[in-house]
Amino acid sequence: MDARRSAGPMPSHIEAMVRASVSRRSVLRGASLSALSVAGAGLFAACGTPSATQSADTCSSEDLSATEKALNFSNWPAYIDQKRVQRGGEKVTILPTLQKFQDRTGITVTYTTDVNDNSEFFEKVRNQLGACEPVDRDLFVLTDWMAARMIDLGWLQQLDHANLPNVEQSLSASLRSPDWDPDRDYSVPWQSGLTGIAYNADLTGEVRSFEELLSRGDLKGQVTLLTEMRDTMLFMLLATGADPADFTDDEWGVALERLQQAVDDGQIRAFNGNNYLQDLVNGNVAACEAWSGDVIITQYSNPNIKFVVPEEGLALWSDNMLVPNKATHKTNAEQLMNFYYDPEMAATLAAWVNYICPVEGAREAMEEIDPSLVDNPLIFPDEEMLSKAYDFMALDETTARQYEDDFAQVTGG
Amino acid sequence: MTAPAPFPGGGGADDQQQPPPPRRSRTGYLLLLPGTLWLLLFFIVPLVTLVSTSLYDPAGTLETGYQLTFAFGNYVDAIDDYATEFTRSLLYGGLATLFALLLGYPLAYAIAFRAGRWKYVMLLLVIAPFFTSFLIRTLSWKMLLADQGVIVEVLRFLHILGDDGRLLATAPAVVLGLTYNFLPFMVLPLYASLDKIDVRLIEAAGDLYASPPQAFRRVTLPLSMPGVVAGTLLTFIPAAGDYINVELLGTPQQTMIGNRIQSLFGAGSYPAAAALSVTLMLLILAMVMLYIRRAGTDELL
Repeated sequence: MDARRSAGPMPSHIEAMVRASVSRRSVLRGASLSALSVAGAGLFAACGTPSATQSADTCSSEDLSATEKALNFSNWPAYIDQKRVQRGGEKVTILPTLQKFQDRTGITVTYTTDVNDNSEFFEKVRNQLGACEPVDRDLFVLTDWMAARMIDLGWLQQLDHANLPNVEQSLSASLRSPDWDPDRDYSVPWQSGLTGIAYNADLTGEVRSFEELLSRGDLKGQVTLLTEMRDTMLFMLLATGADPADFTDDEWGVALERLQQAVDDGQIRAFNGNNYLQDLVNGNVAACEAWSGDVIITQYSNPNIKFVVPEEGLALWSDNMLVPNKATHKTNAEQLMNFYYDPEMAATLAAWVNYICPVEGAREAMEEIDPSLVDNPLIFPDEEMLSKAYDFMALDETTARQYEDDFAQVTGG
Repeated sequence: MTAPAPFPGGGGADDQQQPPPPRRSRTGYLLLLPGTLWLLLFFIVPLVTLVSTSLYDPAGTLETGYQLTFAFGNYVDAIDDYATEFTRSLLYGGLATLFALLLGYPLAYAIAFRAGRWKYVMLLLVIAPFFTSFLIRTLSWKMLLADQGVIVEVLRFLHILGDDGRLLATAPAVVLGLTYNFLPFMVLPLYASLDKIDVRLIEAAGDLYASPPQAFRRVTLPLSMPGVVAGTLLTFIPAAGDYINVELLGTPQQTMIGNRIQSLFGAGSYPAAAALSVTLMLLILAMVMLYIRRAGTDELL
């Protein structure tokens, strides 16, 4: 009996001591090794890198939301409502809706605008997420195709729909089941937008289609396109008669050839990222491919900048809120998603960023916030308009890279 | 001991004493340690990673992982596919270096020999642009050269540019941007070596009936060669690898190799991008070695 008892579990306080000493030792060891780990990681790569694919089995995350009222949120610049207010004799910028969220839930949000470009952001988090390590962000916002890529790689946490009643209720019907996330298990749209054409009415007449953008003599050398492959190639595919949602390699080749020709002719001046509107406003460029919300904002100070939905068709995209693996505040993140699907908050946000609002009912709420925006089809498009929108075909990793390569060959950017 | 005794009255037993052996101090190595560790961590490790990435199987993806297959074909492909960009980078970098030398030499000469009490003010003016960031300076060139800007209007008025001619988004704008951005790297080493020249040597050349051009060619220029070599290297190396100037002042037709490397990394073609980077490094290294050997300025290294 005695022997059996002594072989049984240790008294709990002793066990705790043992565990403590082990953990302290491992912490010390960890500290001394951490300096070498940087070098080690670099040299490890010398023998190739393993697959970066993760899954719920290989990479499980812990949710500390119950005890930690915090949330790290990474978003694109100028993508949330702001207000300049006088506070203590100093002018400071506050984020009204986000402030309201913090007041209502008691969650402290660290808001960072460090997403400038989908690919760039991907590179920033690739090593950690590929190795199932935390990226110190609980929530970030990326465009459809990049969100799809991360879902394929298994880098995102599955959302709990029970925590998202507003989203369930108000998510716009046209956005409910994209091919790459049919049940919205991993993503919730932040804002949607249109890709189209913007032109400077001081410099040129109306530009109605991509075909004009690519071939009109008076625009030679005064046209810029976007560096995002899917944005630009969607219209190149449409302009060459292919369906961007379903095209073959040959059709891709034809579309790329058309773009190459426009570049060789000197028709295209440059491929631009986020800064594309500067050239248009300064008059260096007469017309460019553009995102709807940016143009609407620019119009307040430059009414001569116009946005056109190209005759070839409508390109609708969304930027999605995503929770990466190892993020420790998933429930907090879900609370924020849910908060922004309150029609009133959604309308406040949309009135500032001027992108398409993915929330049903926000239009009615907008009546009170800014009636001038209620009938703006670039913020509240009607169903008929949305039905004409084209999606870009989902691409597997190898094809995507091949196409990105091809596109980079032409754009050089 | 064969050396004369330093003090009078010295001698005898003292002369037999050996000088103390040089102290084997570890101080030297300890002083080297931070720098060595730094280089190891931030130069050697990334270099090893880069070289091995360039030999990965080009068919690898993030999903499958990348296997080290010693795919030397990556290099063949890189040089094959991007020969134009390599040539263009070397050409633009070379032109920018040439212009910087033509502009920088007289400037450095003036500062060293003619500026008098304005010397330090002028030096400060050369360095002053560095107080703002590289990006901001290049962006301001974008404004200066804008299609609706004063410079372009004047050049059009003078019929140097055609009616719809432009400066922005052309090769000259890129070379100009490169020249401007790297000019201080040319001026400062030139100034440093010109300033060291003993003016009496040039005067002596004059006394020996050398005309001023002859004195410059036979005395000043050879003595300033270390500055010329250092300046051209410091200008050429970053200029050839630059991608910001093309991005802001050029078009896809002016794409340099730096832009290709950047876009390939962005597109996820890590092996190809790494192969291009290594090729660029080797190419520049080879040119530099060749140049230094021809210029024969050992004191530089």
